[in-house]
Amino acid sequence: MTSGTGPRGRPGAGRGLPERGLLLLLVLVLLEGSVVFPLGAASSPDVDPRGHSEDRAVAEESQNYSKKAFPVLSLDYHHIHVPFEIALWVLLASLMKLGFHLIPRLSSIVPESCLLIVVGLLVGGFIKLAGEKVPPVLDSQSFFLCLLPPIILDAGYFLPIRPFMENLGTILMFAVVGTLWNAFFVGGLLYAVCQIQPGNPSDLHNLELLPCLLFASIISAVDPVAVLAVFEEIHINELLHILVFGESLLNDAVTVVLYHLFEEYSGAGTVTILDGVLGVISFLVVALGGVLVGAIYGFLAAFTSRFTSHVRVIEPLFVFVYSYMAYLSAEMFHLSGIMALIACGAVMRPYVEANISHKSHTTIKYFLKMWSSVSETLIFIFLGVATVDGPHSWNWTFVTVTVLLCLVSRVIGVIGLTFVINKFRIVKLTTKDQFIVAYGGLRGAIAFSLGFLLEEKHFPMRDMFLTAIITVIFFTVFVQGMTIKPLVELLAVKKKQEAKRTINEEIHTQFLDHLLTGIEDICGHYGHHHWKDKLNRINKKYVKKCLIADERGREPQLIAFYHKMEMKQAIELVESGGGFKPPSALPSTVSMQNIQPKKPAAAKPVQRALPQLPKGREEEIRTILRSNLQRTRQRLRSYNRHTLVADPYEEGFSDFIIKKQKIIELEKKIIHMNNLTLPAAPPDSPTLCRARLASDPQAYRPKRDSVPTIQVDLASPQSPDSVNLMDEFRANGSRREEEEDQGLTMRPRGEDGRREQLTRCLSDPGPSADEDEDEPFLP
Amino acid sequence: MEAPFRFDQQTCLCTTPLSVSAYYSAQNTRLEASEKRTKGSKINISLEQIKNLHKRFQQLSGDEDTISKENLESIPTLANNPIRKQIIGAFFDKRNQHRGEAGSCDQIGFEQFLMVMSHFRPPTLKMTAEEKEAMRREKLRFLFNMHDTDNDGTITLVEYRKVVEELLSKSGSIGQEAAEAIADAAMLEVASTNVPTMGPDDFYEGITFEHFEQILKGLEMESRMHIRFLDVDTTTMRCGKSTS
Repeated sequence: MTSGTGPRGRPGAGRGLPERGLLLLLVLVLLEGSVVFPLGAASSPDVDPRGHSEDRAVAEESQNYSKKAFPVLSLDYHHIHVPFEIALWVLLASLMKLGFHLIPRLSSIVPESCLLIVVGLLVGGFIKLAGEKVPPVLDSQSFFLCLLPPIILDAGYFLPIRPFMENLGTILMFAVVGTLWNAFFVGGLLYAVCQIQPGNPSDLHNLELLPCLLFASIISAVDPVAVLAVFEEIHINELLHILVFGESLLNDAVTVVLYHLFEEYSGAGTVTILDGVLGVISFLVVALGGVLVGAIYGFLAAFTSRFTSHVRVIEPLFVFVYSYMAYLSAEMFHLSGIMALIACGAVMRPYVEANISHKSHTTIKYFLKMWSSVSETLIFIFLGVATVDGPHSWNWTFVTVTVLLCLVSRVIGVIGLTFVINKFRIVKLTTKDQFIVAYGGLRGAIAFSLGFLLEEKHFPMRDMFLTAIITVIFFTVFVQGMTIKPLVELLAVKKKQEAKRTINEEIHTQFLDHLLTGIEDICGHYGHHHWKDKLNRINKKYVKKCLIADERGREPQLIAFYHKMEMKQAIELVESGGGFKPPSALPSTVSMQNIQPKKPAAAKPVQRALPQLPKGREEEIRTILRSNLQRTRQRLRSYNRHTLVADPYEEGFSDFIIKKQKIIELEKKIIHMNNLTLPAAPPDSPTLCRARLASDPQAYRPKRDSVPTIQVDLASPQSPDSVNLMDEFRANGSRREEEEDQGLTMRPRGEDGRREQLTRCLSDPGPSADEDEDEPFLP
Repeated sequence: MEAPFRFDQQTCLCTTPLSVSAYYSAQNTRLEASEKRTKGSKINISLEQIKNLHKRFQQLSGDEDTISKENLESIPTLANNPIRKQIIGAFFDKRNQHRGEAGSCDQIGFEQFLMVMSHFRPPTLKMTAEEKEAMRREKLRFLFNMHDTDNDGTITLVEYRKVVEELLSKSGSIGQEAAEAIADAAMLEVASTNVPTMGPDDFYEGITFEHFEQILKGLEMESRMHIRFLDVDTTTMRCGKSTS
């Protein structure tokens, strides 16, 4: 790839820049590669002379102190070589990621995971050529302790809870029963095949049943890293995604138990019924224990986040540290670390998000995505490297039979399980769904690491196992990974719905929940909805009070959704520079006045009387504004590492907070004024409508006493990220505030260059010197 | 129609010559046949489930033939539900009986109870696309009737506000303040989606059934609005029965 992509044809000038960028990257990579490894080789001899010279220096100290010239510049690679190499690997991984996206066609044909493995193969090749030792990553605990947790935490923190819980039964069936079936089917048949080689006594005859089963249990688990890497790019519908992904997460418990069970008893040679029973119990302990450990740490993290309002900068740290400790604690007891991480992330998220500041939320999100991205890249590269390096012993029969059996057992398992599951499901799984679930069962690095961790002395077949594992991984990642996207297109599998959730949908989702709970109660049937409702009520009544810092964090979901939507709209308006057209996709001319109920009088109301803003309205505006300052979460709708939606309001948020406030406040005023002023303008966009209103001499003249006094008190006045400008809003006195109010709305400030320009465009007379004219309503 | 039920127009009562349970126990197969004819494609609930529902009906009505609103209101677990009144009202709403009438009853018999419950049956694998569509419309119509309290065929802003208020009624004062704003925004959304070009003088009367269908297209009502036990084997239904 390195030599092949360089002189790739340059079809046009427009393609020149990415090509150049890519070349630059490649040069950088080659440079660092060529610099480091000879350096590594060259520096080791440094150690000895140094040691000697020191000894000599000490010994001869009293005597002739041989004076050397003071070393102005010296090279000591050995001193820093470990962190340096780690940093280099990370840099390599990141540059590779950059590089792939510079080649537009490549990333749409070949999934990233394949490319990364190829890169790993090449790098491994280089290292071997340079005669260096490959860094032992996949065969040591560093894989499980450093590379895997970020990916799993990312998955767990952003797990879409609702579809996960709705399909939990199905997911568990696939994860537990499916993996068990795979393990025993593959193991058993493999053993049988190994035994039947007639006349030709090969190594395979020495392979006993238990090592076979162990090997099968390693190879049969669907890998979350690989699934994530491939499924993210195909944008499949939520149900299938959560089924396969959930399965890959939950089968960790099964894998852990089977692995330890067979590893323990491979020496003994037999497994008794008692061991089997203990295995089952162990499975329950491992799974539930892992979840319990995770949940405990999750609640701890949520509780801690309640008190972080004064030290906002370390909020993200709590999330990461508690989660990592959950993982390590679970691993300490040989419980399922993955399930602990998932449980921790899922449990702590709603409470932590209600407590932490917006910036911390952004930090957490981006750090998690960053770490998991780098981790995933590194894992695939190391997979490639370890393939080149790893001890291999190729055995045609074993490897091909393994690959074949894996495929067959997966298909049979999925079909059989779906047949049973569909009896209990409302939304049945169709054949297409089954195919995708079966085809999406990819194996990955976890299997390889587990294989690597086997000891040579207990398992003389270890090399053969490793070769087979690598082959299966390569097969699934390359063949299945590359073909799944065209197959999804071919079969017309339902894709992910990209539509935004509307407020009507939200209202009716809530309504439906309550309705179904009510119907269940009337029928006397304690079903799904009943328990969910009960859980929600307990949550609201006790748990939230304990774990969430303030009242505003506990508002009902509908209101939170509404505020978030409103906030997003307001900021989108500001972001789009005031918006000549509404930024949303709706080219609609409908404004609030169209839906307000007509006054009972036949004629249109002609009064121009200035309405007093009722007290309730004030309160509402105040509440909304205040809570909007806190409520800026963008709930990630899908777990997709590659497309972190460019939130329109992530950057420069603090600047927009002020603008948004003003806009919302004015919007509220005008919304209510709309139906009382003469709507004489021709049909036009609501923005222009309002702008015209602005230049209307009869427009709203705010009386001093009717201006709502907006009192903005921040959650944490001492927080370091409170903007100084906020001080202006603090209610020092209503008098001053009204002046401020007027002042801020009337005079285009220096920094609001854009606003200034726009108001001049929209309203003909331009910003008038007349203080009272309600002018810069920036739509 | 060979159904043994007689429908009384005034009182919405379903009077039966025999008591219903005696009828069932005596003539199971006949019920099945008549069930297929009269209810047929409208109510696709199996006999087992009808029996179970009948037991519950007896429980609620205190062994009488009809239940009234008080019977339903006395269910303790229903007390926490914010839209309790609407749900109970839906049972007594004549529009949900698919007889083309409007208004509400004071008492309902078992057949009406069953009719309302049939709105919550899940789709089967064998249903065609048209059947699924029809089922979806039926369920949406049920929801629509719940919102449209004055039966004028549209959900006006006032009615919608009421809906949101009820939804947030258990959430204290913060709920009430926001309810109006939310309802307004929602209405605006419906209007914008369905009638994108409206002059400033036009007034959007209310959400009609077509608009209602349109905005809830994404929710896949046929698979979401169902009660699980109307589908699964009744053997699994025995667990989780309440005695209240």
